[in-house]
Amino acid sequence: MTRFVAGRIGVYTLIAVLLAFFTIPLLWLATAPFTSDPSYEVRLPDFTFENFQMIIEHPYALWSLVNSLVLSIGTAVLVVVLSALAAYALSRVRLPGRDALLYALLLLSSIITGTAAMVPLFQLAIELNLIDSHTGLILILSGGLLPAAIFMIKDFMDTTPKSYEESARVFGASPLQIVAHVVVPLVRPGLATIAVWTVANVWGNFLMPYLLLSDVDKQPAAVIMYTLYTEGGQANLKVLSTFGLLYSIPVVIMYLFVSKKYGFRFHGGIKR
Amino acid sequence: MAAIELKGLTKVYPGGVKALDSLDLSIPDGEFFALLGPSGCGKTTLLRTIAGLETATGGNVVIGDRDVTGVQPGGRDIAMVFQDYALFPHMDVTENISYPLRIKKVAKAQRQAKAGEVGARLGLEQLMDRRPGQLSGGQQQRVALARVMATQAKAFLFDEPLSNLDARLRLEARTFLKKLQRELGVTTVFVTHDQAEALAMADRMAVMEAGHIRQIGTPSEVFQRPANTFVASFIGSTPMNLLDAVVRGDTLEVAGCEVPVPALAAGLLTDGEKIVYGVRPEYMTYTDEPADGSLSGEVIIVENLGASHLVTLEVAGVLVQAVVPEGREPALGDRGHAVPRGDRALAYRDGELVSA
Repeated sequence: MTRFVAGRIGVYTLIAVLLAFFTIPLLWLATAPFTSDPSYEVRLPDFTFENFQMIIEHPYALWSLVNSLVLSIGTAVLVVVLSALAAYALSRVRLPGRDALLYALLLLSSIITGTAAMVPLFQLAIELNLIDSHTGLILILSGGLLPAAIFMIKDFMDTTPKSYEESARVFGASPLQIVAHVVVPLVRPGLATIAVWTVANVWGNFLMPYLLLSDVDKQPAAVIMYTLYTEGGQANLKVLSTFGLLYSIPVVIMYLFVSKKYGFRFHGGIKR
Repeated sequence: MAAIELKGLTKVYPGGVKALDSLDLSIPDGEFFALLGPSGCGKTTLLRTIAGLETATGGNVVIGDRDVTGVQPGGRDIAMVFQDYALFPHMDVTENISYPLRIKKVAKAQRQAKAGEVGARLGLEQLMDRRPGQLSGGQQQRVALARVMATQAKAFLFDEPLSNLDARLRLEARTFLKKLQRELGVTTVFVTHDQAEALAMADRMAVMEAGHIRQIGTPSEVFQRPANTFVASFIGSTPMNLLDAVVRGDTLEVAGCEVPVPALAAGLLTDGEKIVYGVRPEYMTYTDEPADGSLSGEVIIVENLGASHLVTLEVAGVLVQAVVPEGREPALGDRGHAVPRGDRALAYRDGELVSA
C-alpha cells in the first residue's frame, strides 16, 4: 500500500514537473505583456496596457499580422483545393508507380521550402518577377506543403467507400459534381485538418518570407518579430512579449473553432 | 420501362480473369429477374456491367431500344441500389432521396415534394429529417429504394438488396420488395447468392457459374428441372440427392436398389449406361414398410426443419435424404424406405439433364 502511494506520488510529481516545464513559458506569455517592466521571470503583472499601446504605434507590427493572415489563408485555400483534387485522382485512378510518385514528391517537398533550395528559389523568384509579392510566396509555400497534404488527404479518400461515388455516378453526376457533393463532405474532417496544418505552418514560417519579401510593409509577423530589438541590440521584452501574445491568439482561436466545428464524427450510412 | 438485352457480353479483368464469358440474356420489360450464383461466379460483375460501372470487354448491352454499351452509367437511364445502400451520410433522408433530381437540375421545391411523396409511399414520413446514421438497417434500405424510385429510371438494378438485413427482416423485405416491384412494374434485375431469395422473389432467374449462365427459367422450372448437376445441387434449401446409377432396362440400379427410370428420361437412356440419378428430398416419400422402387437403408440422422424432418438414410454406403412430415419421423437406427416420385426424379448424363 505504502509502495503504491509512494509510486503515485512519484508519478504525479513527475507530471507536475513536466507540466511546469510547458506551463511556465505560457504563463510568461500571459503575464509579461501586462507588466510594465517585464523580465525573463514570471511575475504577477501590474496590468498596464502600455505595451499594447507601443505595438499599436509600431509602424509594422499590426500590418504584419494582417500579412500573416493573407499569406496563411491564401496558402491554405490553394493547398486544400489542389490537394483535394490531386488526392482524389490519385486515390481513384490506378497509375503505374503511383505510390513511388507520392513518396518521391514527399521527399522532394522538404527540400523545396528548406534551406537547401534557398538560392535557386530566390533566383527563380527574381526571374519570374515574384520577389516581394505575396502571390509568389503563396505559390512557393503551397508547393512545399502540397505533397504532404496530398499524402494525408489521399489516406482519407482511400478509406471512404467507393459505392458512394458509384451511386452518384449511376444517378448521372459528373466527376466534379461527385467531388463537390459526395467526396468533399465525406473527407471534410481531413480537409479541415489540412487547412489548420497549412495555416499553422505558414504562420510560423520564417525563412521563406524573410528570403523573398524585402519590403517591410509586406513581411508577416514571424519576420517582424525578429526585428523587435531595443536600440541597444537587446531583445525588447515589452514589445516582444506583447507581440508574441497577439501572434499566438489567432492560431489558438483557429484550433478551437475547427475542433468544435469539424471534430471527427462518423455519420454512418454505409451498412457494414 | 424497358427491356434489357445482353449480347455476347464478355468481361475480362486486367490480369486475364474472365468474369463474364460471352453471355446472352434477354430480360423483358417489367420483369423481376434474379441473377443467382455462388460468390465469384460473375453475377455482380454482370450487374455492374449493365449499370456501366464496369466496361464490357466485348458484346453489347441494350436497354430499351438503345445500345448503351459505351454509354456512361449516368446516361443509361437506370438506377441502382448498392449492397451497402451507399446513402450519403452527410445528407438527410429528403436530400438523399432527391439527390438524383438535384443532378437533373430539378427545382428545389419540386425535388422536396417528390422526395416527400416517394418517402411517404415507403412509410418514411417520420424520418425525412434524419441522417442515414440515425436509421435502422431496414429503414436505410427503404431510403435507398425511395432514392431509385425518385429517378423514374427505366430499369432498376439491386446488388444483394437483402444481404444486410437480419434474417427476420429479410423475409419481410422480400415480400415488400416483390410487392413494390409488381406495383411499379419497372424492369428489375437483382443479384443474390441466396437461392431461397431468388426462388421467392424472381419472375425468372439465371443461375451462374464461373462467368457462364448455367440455366435460365422461372423459379419452378429451375427448382423442378435443374438443367445440370451444378444447378441441381445449388438450388433448394435441402440439397438434391445426386446418386450414381446404372441403366438396367426399364429400371435404374441405384446403390444396390432398383428404381424406375425417371418419366422425363423415358426412352432416352441406353441399357448399361452410367448416369446420375437426381431426386429432391422433398419429392421422396418415406415409409417404414418395404415398398417397390424404393431406396432402403438405415436411418442415421434426423434433422428438424420445423414443420418437417430431414431424414438421412445410409443405403449401401451412399447417403440418401428424404423429407418426412412432422409426427412421422423415424427413430435413429430404424430401417427406412424412401420412394422417389417418378415424375420429379431426374437423370443426368455427363452433368446435363436428360430430357426430350
